Amino acid sequence: MTGLIALLLVSLVLSVMIGSVNLPFVLSLKILLSHLPLVDLAPSWSLAQDAIVWDLRLPRVFLAMVIGAMLSSTGVAFQGMLRNPLADPYILGVSVGAAFGAASSILFFRDLTLLGYFTTPIFAFIGALLSLWFVMSLASHHGQRDRETLILAGVVVQSLIGAAISFLIAISGQQMQQIVFWMMGSLANRTWLDVAMLTPYMLVGFVYLSLQQRDLNLISLGESAATHLGMEVEKKKIQILIAGSLLTAAAVSVVGIIGFVGLIVPHLMRLIVGPDHRILLPLSTLAGAIFLLWADTVARSIIPSREIPIGVITAFIGAPFFAYLLKKGLRRQV
Amino acid sequence: MNLFDVSQVQHHFETNSVLENISFQVKVGEIFGIIGPNGSGKSTLIRTMSGLLKPSQGEILFYNKAIGSYKKRDLAKLIAVLEQEGIPPLSFTIEEVVAMGRYPWLKPLADLSHLDEQIIEDVLKNLNLWKIKSQAVSALSGGQRQMVSLARAMVQQPKVLILDEPTTFLDIGHQMLVMDHVREWHQSQGITIIMVLHDLNLASQYCDRLLLLDKGYVQSYGKIHDVLKPETISTVYKTEVIMIEHPVQHVPQFLLTSQ
Repeated sequence: MTGLIALLLVSLVLSVMIGSVNLPFVLSLKILLSHLPLVDLAPSWSLAQDAIVWDLRLPRVFLAMVIGAMLSSTGVAFQGMLRNPLADPYILGVSVGAAFGAASSILFFRDLTLLGYFTTPIFAFIGALLSLWFVMSLASHHGQRDRETLILAGVVVQSLIGAAISFLIAISGQQMQQIVFWMMGSLANRTWLDVAMLTPYMLVGFVYLSLQQRDLNLISLGESAATHLGMEVEKKKIQILIAGSLLTAAAVSVVGIIGFVGLIVPHLMRLIVGPDHRILLPLSTLAGAIFLLWADTVARSIIPSREIPIGVITAFIGAPFFAYLLKKGLRRQV
Repeated sequence: MNLFDVSQVQHHFETNSVLENISFQVKVGEIFGIIGPNGSGKSTLIRTMSGLLKPSQGEILFYNKAIGSYKKRDLAKLIAVLEQEGIPPLSFTIEEVVAMGRYPWLKPLADLSHLDEQIIEDVLKNLNLWKIKSQAVSALSGGQRQMVSLARAMVQQPKVLILDEPTTFLDIGHQMLVMDHVREWHQSQGITIIMVLHDLNLASQYCDRLLLLDKGYVQSYGKIHDVLKPETISTVYKTEVIMIEHPVQHVPQFLLTSQ
């Protein structure tokens, strides 16, 4: 735990250093520290350097960490509750539903959105819930749900909503850019405002999920065993799926669709620390922050003066990983 | 005093009728067996009694109150259930899985108390699981896993233990081990045991009273000797059986004859 926190802090400073203008480690650290309360450092740096660190890179670094933590903890919760190691907000079509909700709010409900920007997550949340509900009911058969069926249902809903989004893109005018952006996922040009907008959603989601660790452990015994031990399984399942959808929707409405984070990070952490959610959930949350921070650092710095969509990076890592898990899962059943 | 009072219970899955007009009582402190051929509705009946399934019609009273009116948590303090499949192959340790049995007793967010830990330790020692408590459940054999299930149920400290064919996948050694521990628990704590059994010989050795189901109906119900009659068994199971008396325990036992 402490190790991961240290790693997160070091990653933060390193990531702030890296970019089109590389800054030395000590200088970046000093600039960061100088903004903390009660720290008084004589500036040995230019205003431009300060702006690069504090206004350009740090909001983005924070955003990457917050989004990574949100997606990864959602993955843990979905996998635990559905007892399916492949359940991830992206694969289950929650992300694409959220993108659709966000895109329709921009296109059709411009006038309704008094607070503009701040209402997008609400539409994204509605979209996410609808698509998750659709996937879940498509995959259930007499109350039974096997893991491959759930994934197939996710694929079906993804293609359907994906097509709907493409349709929106086709009929949209000037907002086209923004919708395309949601489909690809990017953390470019973010400000502190974006971080501030995410914070309430993040807090609600994290606080709720952190109270569910014991129940997530219990459900691994199976739904009927958990019921016999006194857990209200159906109620809990709906609540946890809603909390995860809220986190995903908030993330998508700010940075678009970034896939596979909730699949890769929890799985690796499970290999390292085991199945106990009291450890797994906090550690995956931290590890998700570190993972997405580095994925974004690569996205913005690997090709000079070019930006690769971060969804591309996570998909390059995640899709082979998904293939591996699928193969492993199928073999176990034979 | 009646622990369970089941009256006129019927259940249908879509158009399939699974239980028809089932009525019987389970008394406090007895070992009650439910037997019958495959598809006779035994497991469904058990699921309605443990509160997992609401029957289409009829009433199930538990301590004179409708089973559906209990909160899940309160029910879990009174009834523990051992399922046929036992525990899935988890990477949780034996101790962690057994500790989950304390769930209904824990206050929200509270950790295990000293008392909880003492209960868990006693049960693990009693079932000879203490030395291997740090092993992952996934590494255990079916028989050991069923012992872990039993340990989890004991830690739950219920008044009733419901078992759904607890010995189906076990060899005879583990069958007797599980059954003897269940009986010892029954004798020392006075808890009521309700079990679905496949094996008529086990049922006859361990149960006080039996309910024989056939195609969703009660075929017969009462003391061992009243239910386990060779003509009834041959008719219900559609195979010839020979009944003898157990030389030591003096209860009916059945031998099969190949046709």
